Amino acid sequence: MKVMLIDEDRGRAALLKQALLDSGYQISAVIHTNEDLLKKTFEIECDVILIDMESPNRDTLEYLTSLKKEQAKPVVILAENDDRQLIESAVKAGVSAYVVDGFSQKRLKAILEVAIARFREYNAMCKELESTKHKLAERKSIEKAKGILMKHKGFDEETAYQTLRRMAMDKHLKMIDVAEQIINVAELLA
Amino acid sequence: MKEFSRRDFLRLSIAGGAAMVLPSLRNSVYAAGGEKLEKTKLTLGIIPLTDCAPIVIAHEKGYFKKYGLETIISKEASWANIRDKVSLGALDGAHMLAGMPIAATLGVGAIAKPTITAYSMDLNGNAITVSNELYDKMVKADPESMKQSPISAKALKKVIDEEKKVGKEPLTFAMVFPVSTHNYQLRYWMASAGIDPDNDVRMIVIPPPQMVSNLNAKNIAGYCVGEPWNERAVTMGIGKILITSYEIWNNNPEKVFGVTQEWADKNPNTHKALLMAMIEASQWMDKPENRMEVVKIISDKSYVNAPIDVVKMSMTGTFQYQKDEKAKPLEDFNVFNRYAATFPWRSHAEWFISQMIRWGQIEKPLNIKATAESIYRPDLYREAAKALGVSYPTIDSKTEGTNSKIWTLNDATSPIQMGSDLFFDGKTFDPKKIVEYISNFEVKSPKFSLEELAKLNS
Repeated sequence: MKVMLIDEDRGRAALLKQALLDSGYQISAVIHTNEDLLKKTFEIECDVILIDMESPNRDTLEYLTSLKKEQAKPVVILAENDDRQLIESAVKAGVSAYVVDGFSQKRLKAILEVAIARFREYNAMCKELESTKHKLAERKSIEKAKGILMKHKGFDEETAYQTLRRMAMDKHLKMIDVAEQIINVAELLA
Repeated sequence: MKEFSRRDFLRLSIAGGAAMVLPSLRNSVYAAGGEKLEKTKLTLGIIPLTDCAPIVIAHEKGYFKKYGLETIISKEASWANIRDKVSLGALDGAHMLAGMPIAATLGVGAIAKPTITAYSMDLNGNAITVSNELYDKMVKADPESMKQSPISAKALKKVIDEEKKVGKEPLTFAMVFPVSTHNYQLRYWMASAGIDPDNDVRMIVIPPPQMVSNLNAKNIAGYCVGEPWNERAVTMGIGKILITSYEIWNNNPEKVFGVTQEWADKNPNTHKALLMAMIEASQWMDKPENRMEVVKIISDKSYVNAPIDVVKMSMTGTFQYQKDEKAKPLEDFNVFNRYAATFPWRSHAEWFISQMIRWGQIEKPLNIKATAESIYRPDLYREAAKALGVSYPTIDSKTEGTNSKIWTLNDATSPIQMGSDLFFDGKTFDPKKIVEYISNFEVKSPKFSLEELAKLNS
C-alpha cells in the first residue's frame, strides 16, 4: 500500500515518513509546496494521501483529485460509530486523509493512528522548543537589566537581582516585564 | 512594559463601540423572542476574505452578544477545512461558498452530509485578473473587443486559437475551489466566447493569498478570486482586471452562512439568534459611513491580514481595473444588505445546481427544485426577519437576467428595492425552465443525458 504525504513542515514530514516506513508502508511521494503539488500529483500512484490541515494546499489537492477517474475523497466519517473519535483526534492533531472508494477501513485506521501519533508528537516538540526559546530570551533580558542596575547603581549581582524581584512584586508584574521596562528606559536615556 | 499593539487598540475601540450598541447586556432568554437558546458558546469558521465581514462584524460589534451568543471566530486555512469541520461539528457554522452547502449535501467531492443555509452573506465581490503579458496579447489579437466594457472572452479565444496552432502549452487559469462561485464565473465567462474550460485551458486551484505571487512568477496567466487579491495585483502593477463578477452577473450570490441539517434541527433557537445578529450586522455594514470601520476591523491580522489601503479599494464603492487608470465607481462591488442580499433565494441554489450539472460535477440526474428546497431555507430566514421586524420576500424564487436597473419587489412584507440582475451575455435564468437553460449552453459537459434530467424535473 502506497501513501503520499503533503506537509509544508519538512521536519514533521520526515518524522511521519520514517514512522510509516517502520510500520511497513510504502511512501510514494513527500510534497512540501503548492508548486510541487500542482506539478507532481498527477504522476504519483497512491492509495492514501495524508495532508497537513493547516495548509491551504488542501483546496488545490481537492481539485486535482476531482480530475482523476478514481476520485480520492476526504475521510470525514468512517462507517463504524466508535471511529468518529478517531477522525476527531485527527482534526485536533491537524491531519486529514484522502482515500479512493472501497479502501479498507481497517487499513486506513492503522495509517491514521500512526499519523495522529506523529503529528501530536511533533507539535508537542515544537511547542516545547518555542517555550524554551521564549524562556531563554527572557533570561537574557533579565541578565541585561541586572547589568544595567549594576552599572548605574553600583549594585552587586545579588542585590541587582533582589531589586528586580522586589520591583516586580511591588508592581504586581512579572520579572521579565520589569526587566524590559528598565532596558527601555536605559535605551531612552542613552 | 507591555507593548500596546495596534490590535489591542483596535480591540479596545471596538469594545467601546459595542458598548454603545448595547444599552444593557440582554440575557440569552431574550434572544429568540423568549425561546431558550439550545447552545450559547459557538465557534464559527471564516476564510480570510473581505466577505467574511458579516460574521466578523457581528462578533466584533457585539451583535452576537446582543442575542445571547458567545462566539469564537476560527480562521481556517482552506475551504476543505471549513466543510469538514462543519460536517464533524468542530465548527458550529461557517462562511461558505454559495455552492458549498449543495456540494456537501450531494457529496460532490466529499462524503455527503446534509448541509443548509438560511442566510446569504453577500452579493458580488470577485473579479478576473490576467497578467500584463496576456492582456497585451489579447489587445493585439482583438483590439475591438478589448475596448468594450465589460470585456468578453473573445480576445482570449483568439489568443488560445493562435497558440494552439503553433503548438504552445495551454494557458493556466486559477480559481479557489472546485465548487466555488469563482470556478463557475470563470467558466461561464470563458464558455460564452466558445472556450472549453476543460480542454482549451488548464484550470487549477490555488489558495487566494498565493494568487498574486503565482501570477508574478508566471505559473498562471490569470485567475478569478475575491478581494483583496485582484486589487493587490493591480497596485503591484503585475496584472490587469478584465471583468468583475458583478459585471458577469449583476448582484450574483457569493457566500452564505452554512450549518449542517443536524445542527439546525438540534439548535433552532440558536440558529435564529445567529441569523438575527447577522441581519442586523449587515444593515450596519451597508451604510456607507460605516464601511471604513468595517475595513479597519477586517484588515486586522486575525482576519483578512492585508493592508487597509488594499482592502479599502473594493469596499468603499470604487474599483480600479489597471494601475495606470483611475478607480471607477462601482457602488455594488460588495453588497451585504440592500437588494434583499441576505435572503437565501432558492432560485440561486438552482442556478448553482445548473452549473454543477453543466460541468459534470453532479453525477446522477436529480430533482433540482426539491434539492434546492432542502438546502436553501428562506422559511428559517423569514422567522428571524419577522422577529426583527425587517421586511422580507414572500416568494422563494425569482427569474434572473431580466432587470437592467433598480426595481421594486412587491412580493414582500413591504416593498423591497432590488438591484439589477443581468448576465453579461444577455441570457435569462428562469427557474421553471432549468433543463432548457442547461441545454441551451453550447459549451457544456454533463455526466448524464439531459432527457433523463428532464424526466425528473417535469
